[in-house]
Amino acid sequence: MKIVVCVKQVPDTWAEKRLAPADSTVDRESVDGVINELDEYAIEEALRIKESAGGADSTVTVLTMGPEKATESIRKALSMGADAAVHLLDDALHGSDALQTSYALAQALGTLEWDLVVLGSESTDARMSVLPAMLAERLGVSQLTFARKVEVAGSNGSTTVRIERLTEAGYDVIEGSTPAVISVVEKINEPRYPSFKGIMAAKKKPLTTLTIADAGIESGGVGLAAASTAVTGFTEAPPRSAGTIVNDEGEGGRKLAEFLAAKKFV
Amino acid sequence: MPVERALPTEEAVALLELTRELAAGEVAPHAAAMEERGDFPREVFCTLGEAGLLGLPYAEEYGGGVQPYEVYLQVLEELAAAWLAVGLGVSVHTLACFPLAAYGSAQQRTRWLPEMLAGNLLGAYCLSEAGSGSDAAALRTRAVRQGEDYVVNGSKAWVTHGGEADFYNLMVRTSEDGPRGISTLLAPADTPGLTPQPPERKMGMRSSPTASIALDDARVPVGRRLGEEGQGFSIALAALDGGRLGIAACAVGVAQAALDAASAYARERRQFGHAIVEYQGISFLLADMATGIEAARALYLAAARRRDAGLEYAPQAAMAKLFATDTAMRVTTDAVQVFGGYGYTRDYPVERYMREAKVLQIVEGTNQVQRLVIGRSLTKP
Repeated sequence: MKIVVCVKQVPDTWAEKRLAPADSTVDRESVDGVINELDEYAIEEALRIKESAGGADSTVTVLTMGPEKATESIRKALSMGADAAVHLLDDALHGSDALQTSYALAQALGTLEWDLVVLGSESTDARMSVLPAMLAERLGVSQLTFARKVEVAGSNGSTTVRIERLTEAGYDVIEGSTPAVISVVEKINEPRYPSFKGIMAAKKKPLTTLTIADAGIESGGVGLAAASTAVTGFTEAPPRSAGTIVNDEGEGGRKLAEFLAAKKFV
Repeated sequence: MPVERALPTEEAVALLELTRELAAGEVAPHAAAMEERGDFPREVFCTLGEAGLLGLPYAEEYGGGVQPYEVYLQVLEELAAAWLAVGLGVSVHTLACFPLAAYGSAQQRTRWLPEMLAGNLLGAYCLSEAGSGSDAAALRTRAVRQGEDYVVNGSKAWVTHGGEADFYNLMVRTSEDGPRGISTLLAPADTPGLTPQPPERKMGMRSSPTASIALDDARVPVGRRLGEEGQGFSIALAALDGGRLGIAACAVGVAQAALDAASAYARERRQFGHAIVEYQGISFLLADMATGIEAARALYLAAARRRDAGLEYAPQAAMAKLFATDTAMRVTTDAVQVFGGYGYTRDYPVERYMREAKVLQIVEGTNQVQRLVIGRSLTKP
């Protein structure tokens, strides 16, 4: 079983995020980058699928598209236990939107051998939650998204993948055959910590860097200028105003209920 | 705020990052509730073992992390800041691996060390007895050789992890020749006749069991003796030199945690219209706490670097243990003061830090014994 996990480096979830005034893209330089949280669940699930499939030819490869700095997140993924990594790194990719990113990743996946692609179901910066579906469509493979549970059955030739897709009402069972794209939600597992030995070993694992030319990506098909969406303007979020203090003189409960009703919370 | 550290290698930077992640995610969240109940956090030790944190200063061929003391001790400091029972537990486990790693035969090391360094087996170290604490060489637990076994009778006291450990380093008397009549045996917990007693009811560190170990005709194979017969006391003392540095690092961790809590509270707590940190009565207190911590950290690191460089470091280790634990006692006491009445309650962590700091002035050689070690080093010919 050959598995590719798409990993994105995002600005630290707890940091204040900004858009760069020059081109209205996310300012990735001024904040710490971290691995997108849901991608850690994707890595964990990929490692579990690999471990249960067994065999020396089962591998997990990390695929990242992003600036130089994204190498930190690649190392983290490798230290958790992934075997190799591919970094799609090219200035021409800057400012690509979801549609273009799915194109670029699909092209990069074309340079790799794989049965499954696993992703987190959304990133904490863009939060669009569309990339896994777009990617499956571009690749023309089974689309198994929002998985809270994954079962892989059979190992030779055609393999069946069955997932429980999280829905608002509960879950749906969806089945497809490999090759397939899976996206996972945080209910699926508990990501492992890297070990100290894993961190050391990660430094020696193969990391391939691809330019857009290496991946056969048309330069006119990616980047800010060619993006199909555009940020036309933005303003800073207004500073938080002082809260309302309710003194409880026997009326506290009623006042709280009125407040919640006024804000349409109840 | 995480402590900014000057670390010697990139590898060490990654290790400290991993340690902080584990401390914040797996150690600190359990501390208050488990201390209250007196539960031993075995799962936390398993997690740390899987991450490779239970054999850091040992050789790679046995699964160790090959880290210098300078780095290993800073890992301990971070763990102790999250929860002393865990930081001190890692220190004790690491100390308990030392006799085998340093004095065991190649065959003994190959057989037992990997499982110990991986943390599958948790260690304990038994030197003290009810009647011999500071005067450790006066120990009376006797091991008499019968064929291929030692038959051990007596009782060891103040054993950290007593009742939870998987192996015990027993310092036992094999002849009447004073300090030269002591030997070290590595006894598995399931040795018949080795019986941990109910844990002591302590003032703090309730999650770290401390118990006496009764030895009643306990048979330990001669093949489990570490080093030569009669070498036990020098093994015990060599282990303690490293162990004292571990206690110093733990003390700095507890003190740092207390300072962090106190300065955060002082910024938040308002009296007379100002945050109390704006009053010099408080900020000077915090300044002295911070200065003491920096000095204590520098002192244990200086001693660790001597050890890593192969220099004599026993007096420096004693100085670091003495200074760091006295500092921790003062800093945690002052942290309670900064919190005022709230600090005296169990709703805030500083009273726990204060109870924890006290034990560090006592264990692995009281601070009076440390002064004895330092004083002797000055009058050596």
